[in-house]
Amino acid sequence: MVEVRSVVSESRRDFAVTTTLILFAILVVAFAVSFLLGASDQSAGALFAGLFGGQGIAGLIAREIRLPRALLGLIVGAGLGASGAALQGLFRNPLAEPGVTGVTSSAGLGAVIALYFGLAASNPFALPVFAIVGALASAAVLYLLSRAGAGAVALVLAGVAVASLATALTALALSFAKNPYAMSEMVLWMMGSLKDRTMTDVVFALPLTLLGIALLLSAARGLDALTLGEDAAESLGVAVGSVRMRVVVGVALATGAATAAAGAVSFVGLVVPHVLRRFYGYAPSRLILPSALGGAVLVTAADVLIRIVAPDGQLLLGVLTAMLGAPFFLLLIFRLRSEA
Amino acid sequence: MSAAIVFAGVQAGYGARQVLDGVDASFASGKVTGIVGPNGAGKTTLMRAALGLMPIDSGAVTVLDRPLGAWSREGLAQTIAYLPQGGDAHWPVEARELVALGRLPHRARFAPSRAVDLAAVDEALARCDAVKFAARRMNELSAGERARVLFARALATGAKVLLADEPAAYLDPAHQLRLMDLLREEAARGTAVAVTLHDLALASRHCDEIVVLDGGRVVAQGAPDVALRDAVLAEVFAIAAERAPSGAVVALRRL
Repeated sequence: MVEVRSVVSESRRDFAVTTTLILFAILVVAFAVSFLLGASDQSAGALFAGLFGGQGIAGLIAREIRLPRALLGLIVGAGLGASGAALQGLFRNPLAEPGVTGVTSSAGLGAVIALYFGLAASNPFALPVFAIVGALASAAVLYLLSRAGAGAVALVLAGVAVASLATALTALALSFAKNPYAMSEMVLWMMGSLKDRTMTDVVFALPLTLLGIALLLSAARGLDALTLGEDAAESLGVAVGSVRMRVVVGVALATGAATAAAGAVSFVGLVVPHVLRRFYGYAPSRLILPSALGGAVLVTAADVLIRIVAPDGQLLLGVLTAMLGAPFFLLLIFRLRSEA
Repeated sequence: MSAAIVFAGVQAGYGARQVLDGVDASFASGKVTGIVGPNGAGKTTLMRAALGLMPIDSGAVTVLDRPLGAWSREGLAQTIAYLPQGGDAHWPVEARELVALGRLPHRARFAPSRAVDLAAVDEALARCDAVKFAARRMNELSAGERARVLFARALATGAKVLLADEPAAYLDPAHQLRLMDLLREEAARGTAVAVTLHDLALASRHCDEIVVLDGGRVVAQGAPDVALRDAVLAEVFAIAAERAPSGAVVALRRL
């Protein structure tokens, strides 16, 4: 048997393994609760039976309402968590995140355009495709910022500009769409929700998210090398331009798919990698998959929590993640300032 | 003497600003070559040109008898280790983890570290006297300790050429001397070591060969007492040197 030793100390590695197992356990529980929780009063037995081909109302609820919602929680969270970890690695900055950098708002803009101008009705691909195109547009800004070696301040300010523009254009698109529910719909897109999703959303979101995460993973080594700076990374044989491109496109795919399914859910990509760093270490490559797992846990748990706190659906998913994430963001800024 | 890197009439620059103006120089295997010159003379650019980090407008760079352009990205990364100026870790990773990055050129895509990689990491840490803090995070180390870890990262590659840009900056005298010893040890293993230095006394005492750059041209290359002769110091730096009986520079004053 080949002896496998690790670069990191053994105790730290055991710590990471334990954390992963705990995260998985929480995920399984949260997923089950998410599946069992809902407006209609179905017994757990009936729902599980319904899941595996049971007929009648329980089967319908299990397969068409509960399962898509629970699955999307995993998919959306995984995409956002992994995106945050990779962006932070690329910018070598703990403030980088799809929401903060405006990618989520731009993806939301794309989704709104597809939905309210009838494109999504005539072609089911239009929604995710437009969301990803929107995400790519702001990802292009990220690409340029990264090439220019932007620091934390430039990154956050650019994110504010991009997000404001995307939000304004979303409002404009909705008012042009002459939709009587425009205002309430807009809130939904800007705050994000997993309510009333179907298996179709899952079918679109899953492959795009997996593709995005795969792209991010393909850049993982390069992100580690960037810990030493760009010249040193290049001298280690890393094609920095290609790493940058893969991260930016991967983030656009995963975030675009997540936003097409759930609207703008912010701060998941900020909080998750930051919290997991103390368990997995700081090397970006080691954080991408755990952040996908952690993101899935966070979004699923948050989606359970809002249904317990407000069973009638007054509390939106994105509201909770923002309430959690925004103070965290401020805390990070204060901490960075005191370090500088 | 075999030259690991040869620059022949190299011109290179950033956009319209030409930094290297026809450089002819060479770095020999088994020797420590010091690169000195005033700020803006092109010292860093010379290293970046040798690494293929910037395009060369004219002239040629030869690495181990092969033109630079004929090297694959991986091959070049395995052959030249580079320690950039003011390098630091952007994440507080464990010191040992940082040193392991030096093994990236030898690792296949997605492959984990092999025993040979880990052995190289441990050896590099030992040579830099950094074993006792190898498990600590970079932000918990002093500047001198960080410099040793970064240097170990470059050594861990096991490259035939080592380019170090201002490694002595920010180091106290004791650490500077320790660093020069490490460079000498590496050269003694047959590696071509090139190092940019601002401290002429350090360069004059610890290098086998000196390249004096000024305005993107090589003013002198040779043994320290030849390359750093009074006429060169006066012309390039506008300074005069007090020397030890060996000819080594010990102190400087303005002309």
